[in-house]
Amino acid sequence: MKRRDFFKSAAIVGIASIFKTNALASAVADKKLAVHSEPDLVAVMGGQPAVMLNRALKELGGISHYVKKGQRVVIKPNIGWDKTPELAANTNPELIGTLVKLCKSAGASEVIVFDHTCQDWKKCYTNSGIEKAVIAAGGKMVPANDESYYREVELPHAVSLKKAKIHQALLDCDVWFNVPVLKHHGGAKNSISMKNLMGIVWDRGYFHNHDLHQCIADAATFHKRPALNIVDAYRIMKSNGPQGKSTSDVVMLKSLIVSPDFVAADTASMKLFSQVQPTDIKDVRHISLAEKLKVGTQNLEKLKVKRIKL
Amino acid sequence: MKFLKSVRVVLSLLFFLPIVLFFIDFTGKLPTHLHQLLSIQWIPALLSLNFIVVLVLFVLSLLFGRIYCSSICPLGVFQDISSRKGGFFKKKNKKSRFNYAKPKNILRYSILAVTVIAFIAGSSSLVLLLDPYSTFGRITSQLFRPLAIWINNGLAYVLSGMGNYTLYKVEQVSFVPLAFSVSFLFFIIVAVMSWSKGRLYCNTICPVGTSLGLLSKISVFHISMDDSACNSCGACAKQCKSQCIDSKNKKIDDSRCVDCFNCLSSCKKDAIKFEYRYKKQNSAIQEDINNTRRTFLLASGAVLTTVALANTKKLISSNDSMLTRKPIMPPGASNLEHFNSHCTGCQLCVTKCPMQVLKPAALQYGITGITQPHLAFSTHIFCSYDCNICSSVCPTGALQRLPLEEKKVTQIGVAHFRKQKCVVFTNERDCGACSEHCPTQAVHMIPYKNGLTIPEVTEDICIGCGACESICPARPYQAIYVEGNETQVKAKKPTEAKKFNKKIDNFGF
Repeated sequence: MKRRDFFKSAAIVGIASIFKTNALASAVADKKLAVHSEPDLVAVMGGQPAVMLNRALKELGGISHYVKKGQRVVIKPNIGWDKTPELAANTNPELIGTLVKLCKSAGASEVIVFDHTCQDWKKCYTNSGIEKAVIAAGGKMVPANDESYYREVELPHAVSLKKAKIHQALLDCDVWFNVPVLKHHGGAKNSISMKNLMGIVWDRGYFHNHDLHQCIADAATFHKRPALNIVDAYRIMKSNGPQGKSTSDVVMLKSLIVSPDFVAADTASMKLFSQVQPTDIKDVRHISLAEKLKVGTQNLEKLKVKRIKL
Repeated sequence: MKFLKSVRVVLSLLFFLPIVLFFIDFTGKLPTHLHQLLSIQWIPALLSLNFIVVLVLFVLSLLFGRIYCSSICPLGVFQDISSRKGGFFKKKNKKSRFNYAKPKNILRYSILAVTVIAFIAGSSSLVLLLDPYSTFGRITSQLFRPLAIWINNGLAYVLSGMGNYTLYKVEQVSFVPLAFSVSFLFFIIVAVMSWSKGRLYCNTICPVGTSLGLLSKISVFHISMDDSACNSCGACAKQCKSQCIDSKNKKIDDSRCVDCFNCLSSCKKDAIKFEYRYKKQNSAIQEDINNTRRTFLLASGAVLTTVALANTKKLISSNDSMLTRKPIMPPGASNLEHFNSHCTGCQLCVTKCPMQVLKPAALQYGITGITQPHLAFSTHIFCSYDCNICSSVCPTGALQRLPLEEKKVTQIGVAHFRKQKCVVFTNERDCGACSEHCPTQAVHMIPYKNGLTIPEVTEDICIGCGACESICPARPYQAIYVEGNETQVKAKKPTEAKKFNKKIDNFGF
């Protein structure tokens, strides 16, 4: 049936040319239509946080690809500081609110948001705007200010941080999303998706005392991986991180980087960041240390990367 | 006339309940305006030189007597509650607890005199110890508040186990043995005295009560006894918490009457009334016994005590080795002398501090400053940059009001860095926790070696908030710590970063 095949191919190529996706094009080339070949990393630029998130998730197969009906979901933003959204010390509240709403629409039974903050947790939750956005979207803010909320887990693949106390909400959930903001950081050089894990752990003091970078990389070996790392680069903090002093530290990049791979997400984010503040990725040691622990890859060439400009 | 008692009870509760709740509230949900209820307390008003309040309280006392003691003073109402409980447990047919008792004049006037003289001589230690409002503040914050937090935390623990996070755990009040002991001691004294003898504490120990007693001797309105109607049955005396009605001799000791109005309804002959004092030729106001000798003894005793006290203060403040380091006063304290002489250790700022960095002092300010607040940093506990609650609630003026912008540049201490203890130096690993937490970037990271960075302090922009010390992983002796300023000064404003104005259109990968 040559004619039929011809029409089929023509139709597929036609559709593919509309989407202009490499995946589809290659699928056509291979004469098979693989539905599950989502990209490994999606980067979006030029939109509002909600728009960019929706677009990125669409590339990745939609929220329902990650959240199933009745599941308990945890979202872990960076809410470390008692700062307003304009200062980019915390994850963008609109982004978090949208993600909560998406999870709810996918049928999540419960969407919990928390962070082990560095300053007064109630003020951080309020002034970051995240509490309001989460509650408006039907999610739940949960405290993380007391050791009793944490349970100890083993990290068998870790080098330095062999055990860690992790928040029970995260241990008990079905799926979780890691949603950091892209920032300069005085101690860890940069704070992205792996650094954000310090907010799921109780004893952060241990990190600083036992090779900060190694411990951050170790935390990323925790067996319960986030479904996605969603790096908020709508506003980034280029200097004086992680708190920042004023809006002079903030640069509007209107970007979003999404990947299930910690190392890839952080590598891509560093490349974006370095255009503003040139930084040697080697100095952000936890990225290469995590790669050594097989948490992910820095080699973006090997990955299916999707770049979208809105 | 009987309605007066109800008015008194309602008024008391209107003052008492908000004050108790305000002190206990550990959620920060109650409005901070409530502190105004505390500015109208006698000693805070005097110390903060709040003339309007002082005038109002003075006129009130001159008109009606000790309304302050009966309704406004939380320790007074606390005694009424305790006394009521005492009566509740008493067997009915037993002899009444209350009956006329002679005033303990020597004791009460000595205490008053010593307190006043000591204060004039520059030691506010007795004011701190004896101010009834502050005593109540200490009792509530050191005893009742921890209890409330325990209950909350217990419930929160049970609920969070079931996935319910409506309640959350609150850090327990840190235990300072000396401050606790002082509070507990007064709790016992006040509770036992009021349990068995009503307002005995007010009329014997409290210097505010004693001085208002002097005023109420001449107050325009007072409780009076109609000699002709009274048959000395003693029913009124059995109701009198102050034990100041001498029904046999048909006399009332105005100086001890706290206007509770309980007696009004007890008299079947309507012989007891609350009325205008100077309406007619009254039986001449009680002539005091010739007091010259007593006064002499009293005054000399007072002077001696004061001198002794003043000397202990000197002795202790000269002994710096007692302090591990200079204490850090809350922002707005301006200088050590002002702060120590104006703070009554009422604990309001301690209970309101959202970071719980304010703690009652043990001997940091010397023996006369026990329970005055100071900053004590520990993990995650430091002075929040965007907060000025302590200075805005202080009722005594020990902490002067600081608008937030001013507080952000008020240097209460300075961070000191000891390289030899820093983990970057000892372990040769990155850390930067101090700089990370520094709100002004007075503590910032500078290149060290092998791509590592190490902290450096720019002292003139440091405000001494202690964020760096609180988070420094070097323990037990942090590599960075704050030394308190004896005089709080203005810090320089931190310089802002250079703005980045170029447009980025590429991902960079």
